[in-house]
This record gives sequence, C-alpha cells and structure tokens, in this order.
Amino acid sequence: MSDYTPRSVDEIAKRVAQDIEEGMYVNLGIGQPTRVADFLPKDKDIFLHSENGVLGMGPAPEEADRDGDLINAGKQYITLLKGGSYFHHGDSFAMIRGGHIDLCVLGAFEVAENGDIANWFLGRPKDIPAVGGAMDLAVGAKKVYVIMDHVSKNGDPKIVENLKLPITGEKCVNRIYTDLAVIDITEQGLMVRDMVDGLTFDELQAKTGAALQQP
Amino acid sequence: MLNKVTESAIDAMSHINDGATILIGGFGLAGQPAELIDALIERNAKDLTIVSNNAGNGETGLALLLKSGCVRKIICSFPRQHDSYIFDDLYRAGKIELEVVPQGTLAARMQAGGSGLGAIYTPTAYGTLLAEGKETRTIDGKNYVLEYPIKADFALIKAFQGDRWGNLTYRKAARNFGPIMAAASNHTIAQVSEVVELGVLDPEHIITPGIFVHEVVCIEGEAS
Repeated sequence: MSDYTPRSVDEIAKRVAQDIEEGMYVNLGIGQPTRVADFLPKDKDIFLHSENGVLGMGPAPEEADRDGDLINAGKQYITLLKGGSYFHHGDSFAMIRGGHIDLCVLGAFEVAENGDIANWFLGRPKDIPAVGGAMDLAVGAKKVYVIMDHVSKNGDPKIVENLKLPITGEKCVNRIYTDLAVIDITEQGLMVRDMVDGLTFDELQAKTGAALQQP
Repeated sequence: MLNKVTESAIDAMSHINDGATILIGGFGLAGQPAELIDALIERNAKDLTIVSNNAGNGETGLALLLKSGCVRKIICSFPRQHDSYIFDDLYRAGKIELEVVPQGTLAARMQAGGSGLGAIYTPTAYGTLLAEGKETRTIDGKNYVLEYPIKADFALIKAFQGDRWGNLTYRKAARNFGPIMAAASNHTIAQVSEVVELGVLDPEHIITPGIFVHEVVCIEGEAS
C-alpha cells in the first residue's frame, strides 16, 4: 500500500468551501456539513440558509450573546449577518423545494452511482425514523454535495452501485467529498476529480463499491 | 369591544376536548409555547393528536406533555434528538403512534389546510418509504407525491407581541411554524411576551393578522 494521509474532517470542509462561489445561496446540513461555514472566504457574499427560517446566517455568538430564539437547523446558537432575514417554514421550504437554493451540502450513509442518497434512517428494529428537512433538500436544491467517509467503520464502501439503506432522494447527488477523494456523479458515471496525495486510483477503486472513472 | 386577550393560559385551554388535534409551534425550544403546554397538561384532555416539528426536548414543554400520557399520536418531522428520551421510550414501548413527515411537507400540508386546498403534489419523498402507498403523478416530467392537508382543532403557538384583535409579531427564528399553524387551526391560542394597544404594531410588520388568532395570552417576564 502506498503512503497517504486521509483528509481530516476540517480538510474536507475546507475542500468543499473552495467550490462555493460568491452570491450562492447555500444550505449546510446538520453535523459535519455545518463546518463548511468555518472555511468560507470572508471577503465574499455567500448566503447561508437554515431551514428553520434564517437566511444570512452568521457565525456562532459569544456565550453572553446567545439567544434561544436564534438557532440553526441543528439547534445550535447562531448570529444573523447584516442584511439577513427571518421567515416562516412555508417560505423556507419554498426556497428549498422551489429551486432557489443553489447548493445543499448533506451528510450520507450511502450514495449510489446514479446519485441516489440514503441519509435519514438505518431501518433497524430499534431505530426511530427522523427525516427533518433532508428529503426536501435532496429533491429541491439545485445541486447536492455530500460529505462522508469513503468507507464505513467496518471498511465497507459507502459509494455503491445500489443503495442497501432506505433512500432519501433519487438521483440527486452531484458531487461527493470523502476523506480520500472528490468524485462527481455524471451521465458517464463516477468521475474522480481529485485524490489525496499518495493514493493510487486502483487503491481508491478497491475502496469503492461502484466503477470509478478518471477524466 | 372585541378583546381576544385571555387572562390565563389555564382559561385558554377550557375548550380543549378529548381526542382533539393540536398543532404546537416551535423548532426545538425556539418558538415552543412552553407555558401554554404546561396549561394543556393541567387540562388533562386525553387521546390527543399533536402536530409539531419535534417530539420534545429534555423534561419540559412538549416532552412533559408526552410524559403526561395525554397524547395518542404525534405527527412530526424529526422526533429523534439527543435529548428526546421521553418520546424515544414511549415509542419503543409502543405507547405512542408516530407519523414522520418531511419538514417541508409538514409545512405545506398545514398551509394547504389553512388555505382551503384539497391536497398538494410535492416532489419530496418520491420513491422513499415515506411515500409508500401514496398516489403519485408525473407533471412536466417530474415525479410528485399526493399529500393531504393537515387541519387542526387547535393551535398553540408562541409569538412576540400581540394586540386585542389577535395581530401578532414574532421574534427571530422563533417564528418557524407559528404563522402556518395559526392559519391551519380552527382555534388558535397564541402566547405573547407583550400585549400592546391597537395601532402600536406597524401594519407592515404584522406577520400573523388577527383573523387567524382567537386567543392571546400574555406570559409575563417571557421576553428574551
């Protein structure tokens, strides 16, 4: 095996942030995707949307400035940027379903080679189903990017030919950022855009449950 | 002189009957009408169906209502949270019925209910477990799921300021489902931090017009 270092959680977030352009309206999913906000360029106007009714979300406040009425979808305290706005859930999901959100970044359990995503329910007997806004974001955002580990804790590929877990949305993922690579989902199949230094294409393919291609 | 201001939260619950469907505002704790929920627990109506985004946090508000045993069914988008153990235990023990609805569909179904629509077609959840058994339709090459409106007997919401006609403003992200729930229920009870004289609220800033609100309860010292 060649010598390579997987990207850290922050490095993946930073890599996603590089692909976000000025003027984009962006929804960052709960958990790891939220960290992308920390790496967005400060000199560019990028609008963060939170599905509980906030557009123009700013960074976390100092402890003394926390406000229980100002939280994000992950129920973390946030601030509002100058020019930001509040609205009710109907308007918020009109932004999502109506195709006004340019990009959504989601976490995922599995992504299939056709862009199907599973990220809401593991479906085991004791699991409690909880979907939140994931299905709306999956079908509604103009582009869906996924952040996830390349393989599961057991070493199983999370990029697969067909989902094994309950689906969140059909054919909606455009790009996957893992700790090993950035992969586009295209008409021609899974296209590897970049890999961590030292990793070979064959090694990446061996950790992936569907055929990869190089541009 | 019309006055929708009700003196106490307990008084406001007097119409709530067994078997009622009640919309409860809030996203997590933001916008959750905690004092109205406390009064509802005291009312002790049984066999309730609750519609809310979450299924309670910790041991207050909505979580406490579930613990009281008054709730037969909950309709929500995201019941499972790190501190939703009261719901989790009831669900795993088979003591509460759960209908999971995607968050945007939950909002849209209530908007349909409040605005007199017979149903909606939404692209959300097409091809998933949550669309199983539901009618679908392809419109302009895109797939949609038929979803029916949610209309309720009561809504309990939290707003910021209100007046005696029931006009409401909200505070920051505590607005969330409030305006939608107010319109989707036959009897909306709003708790506010402050009741102001008619004319004080700028008409440009009224988010929920009084037509959707039936009772206003001032909860003193509530202002954040």
